[in-house]
Amino acid sequence: MAAKEKLIGGHPGLYAEFPRKGGSAQTATHYCPGCGHGILHKLIGEAMADLGIQDRCVVISPVGCAVFAYYYLDSGNVQAAHGRAPAIATGISRAEDNAIVIAYQGDGDLASIGLNETIQAANRGEKLAVFFINNTVYGMTGGQMAPTTLIGEVTATTPAGRDPRDQGYPIHISEILDTLKAPVFIERASLSDIEHIRKARRAVRKALEIQRDKKGYAFVELLSPCPTILRMDTAAITRFINEQMELEFPLKRFRDKSNEAEPIVRQESDFSRESLDRIFGCEDSVCVEFKKDPEFVPKGVKIAGFGGQGVLSLGLALAQAAFGCGRFVSWYPDYGPEQRGGTSNCSVIVSGEPIGSPVVDHPDVLVAFNRPSLEKFAPSVKKGGVILYDSLAGQFQAPEGVRVISVPATEIATDKGAHMAANTAMFGALMQTGKLGLPREAYGNAFRVTFAKKPKLIPKNLEILEAGAQAVKVLEMSARK
Amino acid sequence: MASQLVAGNSAVVVGALYAGCDCFFGYPITPASEILHEASRYFPKLGRKFVQAESEEAAINMVYGAATAGHRVLAASSGPGMSLKQEGITYIAGAELPCVIVDICRAGPGLGNIGPEQSDYNQACKGGGHGCYNNIVLAPGSVQEMCDFATRSFELAFKYRNPVVVLADGVLGHMVEPLQFPEVAVQPTIDTTWAVAGRAETRGNLVTSISLNFDDLERHNYRLQEKYQRIKENEVLWEGYKLEDADVVLVSYGISSRIARSAVDAARKEGIKAGLFRPITLFPFPEKEIRQLADRGCKFISVEMSNGQMREDIRLASGCKPVELVCRYGGNLINIDQTMEKIREVA
Repeated sequence: MAAKEKLIGGHPGLYAEFPRKGGSAQTATHYCPGCGHGILHKLIGEAMADLGIQDRCVVISPVGCAVFAYYYLDSGNVQAAHGRAPAIATGISRAEDNAIVIAYQGDGDLASIGLNETIQAANRGEKLAVFFINNTVYGMTGGQMAPTTLIGEVTATTPAGRDPRDQGYPIHISEILDTLKAPVFIERASLSDIEHIRKARRAVRKALEIQRDKKGYAFVELLSPCPTILRMDTAAITRFINEQMELEFPLKRFRDKSNEAEPIVRQESDFSRESLDRIFGCEDSVCVEFKKDPEFVPKGVKIAGFGGQGVLSLGLALAQAAFGCGRFVSWYPDYGPEQRGGTSNCSVIVSGEPIGSPVVDHPDVLVAFNRPSLEKFAPSVKKGGVILYDSLAGQFQAPEGVRVISVPATEIATDKGAHMAANTAMFGALMQTGKLGLPREAYGNAFRVTFAKKPKLIPKNLEILEAGAQAVKVLEMSARK
Repeated sequence: MASQLVAGNSAVVVGALYAGCDCFFGYPITPASEILHEASRYFPKLGRKFVQAESEEAAINMVYGAATAGHRVLAASSGPGMSLKQEGITYIAGAELPCVIVDICRAGPGLGNIGPEQSDYNQACKGGGHGCYNNIVLAPGSVQEMCDFATRSFELAFKYRNPVVVLADGVLGHMVEPLQFPEVAVQPTIDTTWAVAGRAETRGNLVTSISLNFDDLERHNYRLQEKYQRIKENEVLWEGYKLEDADVVLVSYGISSRIARSAVDAARKEGIKAGLFRPITLFPFPEKEIRQLADRGCKFISVEMSNGQMREDIRLASGCKPVELVCRYGGNLINIDQTMEKIREVA
């Protein structure tokens, strides 16, 4: 007997003809006789048309037999990767506040490969209607076991029937989603026969009304016939759903918070330059003119110590000081195996020309806050270079051609009641050496930016800066004597 | 023009927002996470859309969704996350959607570590997912370019309706340099001829990458290949440094090109005529320009933090001339001394 064409073209909310499908039967679907997809398509189409929301609707076709839902549903259409529809829906809904997004998914798609997306979109309470076709098998892919396959059910991958000792138990998605706070509406209905379809129609409509009113997440699970894969005739598949599936997946309205839910209205995007300049503080930013100055000999500084000694922030302050003078500058925190071992270091380069490598392999100046850093990096310092180190690191023999200055940085900071500010004392010492070719005032000025969020700390740090400088000055004077 | 000292990852967000980017969807991963942090801080201040996704796959599919609606959308990740995103990227390429994805490359394979590498070259430039497609790939070399390439990336993404990957690395993401803020704030519009935005004028549109009919899908593939050819003809970008009289040409992109530039200066001091060729677009690769240098008799050294992934493109473009390699792995940076040794050897 030749299969009869299933005619659904022209139904409300569906296209009159299906040119995207191609072929000769322009008003017939590609679904098998007795399949639940055609029924659900009609219910969705009808609800969209009745509610007058087709312009606003975007239907996401899944992977599986309904991959071509877009042949039929007269709305905006997009096709998704297996399981990803709720994520795609999130993207559309967040971007277009007025869009009504419908994810149409089967059990393999929604409950297996896309379970995470399913739960997370529900948990965020996305403005989204999910229609979940549960027919207990992967249909289009060839009848493999689905997460919802019943115990004992024979599929292409459970030839002896689903054995819970090997394959676990059927997953109850509506029940899982019902543990979440955000969803507005959750119902399990059935497409088995006309009586059930009437109830399903009401659930579908409700889910779309919630979307029309922007109230949030709605989920409708539909027990659905797949007579072809399950190899049953119409009467048998109806019995299978009503008797066996319903036993495992009881029909129920799990929740309906549509009356109390408030509409979710998202802010409109602001693209104005004024707002951008404001949030990035451009009005307060300096307008630095970078002037190329090939005469200025580039300086590489390496700063190293334990985490918490202010190594990285000293580097940033130095970069800020140089930047404020119109110098080209780069700051880079070096990675390394020590990163989690409590030591850190950074490279700062100050130049009169665009900077090549931001990494300082051979520093002109090394600032070391502890003994290991001193020993590690001192041999790499250039001849004619300077090493500043915290006096707590003890005596240190200068490498040949390198000047070594022991700075009582921690002592100074502690004396001033700010033991965390040893790096500021070191910054003052650096200023005093004059080694970087930056004007003195550049150092203190850097604090305006580096302490922008805590301006109260600036006077104390200026005091410690000067004390650090003074310590080096005393050393210089005693050396001259 | 306002300027501030800014880290590369922050500059990405600045650039994207001035470029009219409306949505950001991300998932935490070092060393790209600061982009996520900065996006969460700034996008909502402008009513723009930010979601921390549940996974890299979800993030890229949210990108697919917002791109479907015709909006400017940004994603950011790093190696392991990029691997996970490849499914979404091939769907985006197949459905011809515009988006920008920033890859702050880290060391691999596998979990590797969080140090910098350039080993995502192949997965960014050669498709990366299944099927025959290409991303447009831009390689910034400074904090300024991390910002500025956003505008260009969105222009290219929408001009060709194609994913654009901004391929950077952990150093560029974390280094701080002066940034001159953009002077133009792009006012994006939605192209209703193809977008599906839940509006009356987009109701008849369809975004999909499936085509059951073999001949239809073949035609689609031919059309994609023609598009990539147009991109190759029109969008190549590169920069030369002391190339005019160079005998030895270092080819290098991103952070490695900065080190190579310093090595060129060092070599010149030793009297070696070295120069730097920096591809700015990695796809399309500057094939003609490399060929011209090869025809001039230049010797090539590929300076990259990967196993010669770019060297293969240089070799092909040069007409299969020998190309030396300077590389480091595992999060280690190439240094100038190492590069100099190779330059002396080749010169």
